[in-house]
Amino acid sequence: MSTAPLTGPDALRWFNEPKLDWAAIGFRCGLEIHQQLDTRKLFSLVPSRVVEPDEVGPLTIGAVERRLRATGGESGEVDDAARAEAAKGLRFRYLAIAGLTSLVELDEEPPLAMSQDALDVTLTLAGLAKARPVEEVHVMRKTVIDGSNTGGFQRTALVATGGAFEVEGGDVGVWTIAVEEDSARKLDEQSKDGVVTYTLDRLGIPLIEVATAPDIRDPAHAQRTAARIGALLRATGRVKRGLGTIRQDLNVSVAVGERVEIKGCQDLRAVARVIEAECRRQLWMHHVRTTLVARGADGVAGPSTDVTAAFAHTQAKSIQAAPKGTVVLGVKLPKFAGLLKGASKDAPRLGRELADHAKTAAGVKGILHSDELPAYGITDAEVTAVRKALACGQDDAFALCVEVPATARRALAAVAARAKQAVGPALKEVRAAQPDDSTRFTRPMPGAARMYPETDVPPIRVTGERWRHVLQSLPAKPEEKMAQLVARHKVSQDIAKQLVGDGLDHAFTGLVSAGADASLAARMLLQLLPALKHPDRVEPRLPEVAAAVKAGRFAKEAVEAILVVLDAEPVLSLDAATAKAGAGSSDAAAVDAVCARVVAGRLSFVREKGLAAQGPLMGPVMAELRGKADGSLIAERLRAAIEKAMA
Amino acid sequence: MSEAAPGDRIRLTTHDGARFEGVLMPRHSFSGADILTLKLDNGYNVGLAAGGAKVEVVETAKPVERRLPQPPTDPRKPTIAILGTGGTIASFVDYRTGGVTPATRPEELAAAAPDLFGFCNIRAEVLLNMFSEDMQPEHWTKIAERAAWHLNNGAKGVVIPHGTDTLSYTAAALAFALQDLSGPVVLVGSQRSSDRPSSDASQNLLAAARVAATSDCGEVVVVMHASSSDDACAIHRATRVRKMHTSRRDAFQSVNVPPLGHVRGDQVVWDQPHRAATKGKTRCDAVWDEEVSMILSYPGLWPDHVEDVVRKATVLVGTGLGHVAHRVLPGVQKVIARGAHVVMASQCINGAVNMNVYSTGRDLLQMGVLPAFDMLPEVAYIKLMWILGHTSDRDEVRRLFLTPLAGEMDAPTDLRAFGVLEAKA
Repeated sequence: MSTAPLTGPDALRWFNEPKLDWAAIGFRCGLEIHQQLDTRKLFSLVPSRVVEPDEVGPLTIGAVERRLRATGGESGEVDDAARAEAAKGLRFRYLAIAGLTSLVELDEEPPLAMSQDALDVTLTLAGLAKARPVEEVHVMRKTVIDGSNTGGFQRTALVATGGAFEVEGGDVGVWTIAVEEDSARKLDEQSKDGVVTYTLDRLGIPLIEVATAPDIRDPAHAQRTAARIGALLRATGRVKRGLGTIRQDLNVSVAVGERVEIKGCQDLRAVARVIEAECRRQLWMHHVRTTLVARGADGVAGPSTDVTAAFAHTQAKSIQAAPKGTVVLGVKLPKFAGLLKGASKDAPRLGRELADHAKTAAGVKGILHSDELPAYGITDAEVTAVRKALACGQDDAFALCVEVPATARRALAAVAARAKQAVGPALKEVRAAQPDDSTRFTRPMPGAARMYPETDVPPIRVTGERWRHVLQSLPAKPEEKMAQLVARHKVSQDIAKQLVGDGLDHAFTGLVSAGADASLAARMLLQLLPALKHPDRVEPRLPEVAAAVKAGRFAKEAVEAILVVLDAEPVLSLDAATAKAGAGSSDAAAVDAVCARVVAGRLSFVREKGLAAQGPLMGPVMAELRGKADGSLIAERLRAAIEKAMA
Repeated sequence: MSEAAPGDRIRLTTHDGARFEGVLMPRHSFSGADILTLKLDNGYNVGLAAGGAKVEVVETAKPVERRLPQPPTDPRKPTIAILGTGGTIASFVDYRTGGVTPATRPEELAAAAPDLFGFCNIRAEVLLNMFSEDMQPEHWTKIAERAAWHLNNGAKGVVIPHGTDTLSYTAAALAFALQDLSGPVVLVGSQRSSDRPSSDASQNLLAAARVAATSDCGEVVVVMHASSSDDACAIHRATRVRKMHTSRRDAFQSVNVPPLGHVRGDQVVWDQPHRAATKGKTRCDAVWDEEVSMILSYPGLWPDHVEDVVRKATVLVGTGLGHVAHRVLPGVQKVIARGAHVVMASQCINGAVNMNVYSTGRDLLQMGVLPAFDMLPEVAYIKLMWILGHTSDRDEVRRLFLTPLAGEMDAPTDLRAFGVLEAKA
């Protein structure tokens, strides 16, 4: 797809336009969806579970500290992204989590055979998307040396290509469907003394990765596509649910931009907003580029220069309070004046790009630049002194870094490198979605050199027989499942939609066959469970609860209280939880006794009102019997007691 | 079918009409016979059925050129020899196929561990290129002779990268064969292949080179990861070390004694006394008698097995303090009567044999079985091969076997070597 290039003024005009014309700006977008599977880990025998933050301490049974080196690519060259990570010289501390970490995750044992369950779920999704499986699945090592994989690579295998997702607004083609290992989980965002800590519970959990063709026409279409793919994944019945179990990466560009991969967009509802914000950022950067070129800027920054003297008497806290050995280094950015700031406060701006490059390269908190000064306690006079020290003219900008000299130099070298890129072609990069829907630079786009064969795992044949079996046993699509739920269990369209949408239809039918009626099953899954602190821990107990209700061990009114007890104390038996919740069955005789006592105590009222007293008397009766007997039984016995009293 | 060769860029249309373009890969040995492996532009390899497929060559393979910078030489720095023998350490990875090839030139070693050249000059030589499980006594001789030659011709020390399976056997053999060492001989291996960013190869190789280039040690030692972390390497005495785990980085452990020392960063720290390097010439005396065997004792061991197997000498790897079943005793007696030497080591690995405690042990001693004391079974085996390579005099064999020759026996038991003893006030 080619679109006429936009001029700088065009880009600026579109940037300012409240409503973007997606075709006119050459919008291109594809998605990469990553979904955790509910099987064992992909290459080891431990189960797939991510522990709660408060479990990390008690469940940590050991830790190792490692380094990762950048290694050669296929022809000996080292990938840009890998080199950038290695340059940071970080050490990584890995916490082994009891029961969820084996020697495979510790990179102390070769991988075991791939989970055939995980491969089957992946093939099932391929079947639902009408994709074509490869005849032989080859496992690859994708070099990743940010520490998120103990081996320094992620194992990944392409399973199927082609096919399409049916989405309102136009079908979206499938490029690839792969199965791969999830990464280790960073415990803290920041490194401490050059050490980054990860937990190994998540490492190795199978992920399906679906990459779509760039057939997406606008951000709303992107959102619908993501929702559709998510629904089909859940239709397999073998995927994890809950926050962090599905992640969508967005590949976005406009005609004057380059493909940017946006990671970390966990919230489906934010997809459209993040995409639009990124398009506007690319338009703005094009405006900056063309303006710089028009000014005759070559993007070459001046030498990094010590300007600490300009701040000899400063009141700026960031400089004053800096530890000993800190200096203020500056670089001149010729002809960049006015182009580092954005059109408004939270708008995209080059200054933030420079700062993010400095942060990732040198680990600094940030930089200061001339477009935002004087501010932060830095005075006009100090700015003038810096300008003089750096020989800045009217059109020139500068950037400062307050740090120890080596770090400051590294940060400003990154600033200079990014400034140089500002006059060149748009950048292919990986960016991270932010809570405010903007994106921030993470690293350069990794090249294809990142992958080489995983020689410890033999290729896996996808036989014609296996594929036929997958196709014959494809699960119903979401719309079919909803229709089935409505027809079979008489639930409302709304409930059916919610159950299928959340991937809870299997659990629902499971509860119904365990003995729950449809409304109790739906209430447990859609209302009671989400209100708990640890729904994952309690969910496996629901069939037992349903069966107990059916057996009359307690009334359905008691379910909520019992689940709350189980949530707090997962080791309790159901009987113990029932007792603790103050629930438990009362037989008809016991109900009769309570009803008789309540009626006897209000005899004159009963005589006066007759059967109309039943409503008002339900209150005191229920106060004693809630959870111990079924509500309809109580109503029936109370009515009998009133009739008896009137006779 | 097609004339496409590995490395060619091809366009493949499958029997069912799907189209793929990518670089044709060499066949994986476990791939189906009818499968073509293609590397797609997204980096993935996929296996596609060749049957009924149409293949069109888009571009023929271009040889990949590997340009490596020449490592510098600095006369002020010590020179060490690196004698390659195979294994994943000091090897290059073909990232296209995942195949591993040994580094044969100094510049290739430099690429694997560039920091090596910061503190020494390197003479790199590929002596052998084999799986370590194929290593035989004749190879020990070749390695020992070459190591001695380098020590006697200007090398400060020698580093021997080795496959880990039989690394400790070679180490022990060199320890008996090389005498009056004028510098350290350091065996080193790696448990994670060097293609991986997480490989232990470069840290181990650097630490080994540190010991070879900077220490005053005149012993054969093994340098490998000290723990599962990348913080330090342990220096083990060659006759005391054993591979104790199939896959972990810290698989090599000193048995019955603590490691001699550690390498942490650029610091070599000696924790135990070690033999110092001599000023003279290193002697190489690598003669082996291979008519020696090892026999594991286990319930069910055939009574006549010992007779069937034993030629000139054997190491019985007995149970507990050094025992075999009573029904095996007549066989042992027969081979000793035939003139064979029989020594007893323990399959417990940790601890020493003591055959005075139980009657079976006393019976064995009376027959003439020699206790290996705290020697590792395989070290006792290599020691017997070396002794029998030099003498067949019965008394001299017994005398030499019971004499410590290379630090292989008779150390006071190290209480820390087998787990921590619970402290009691």
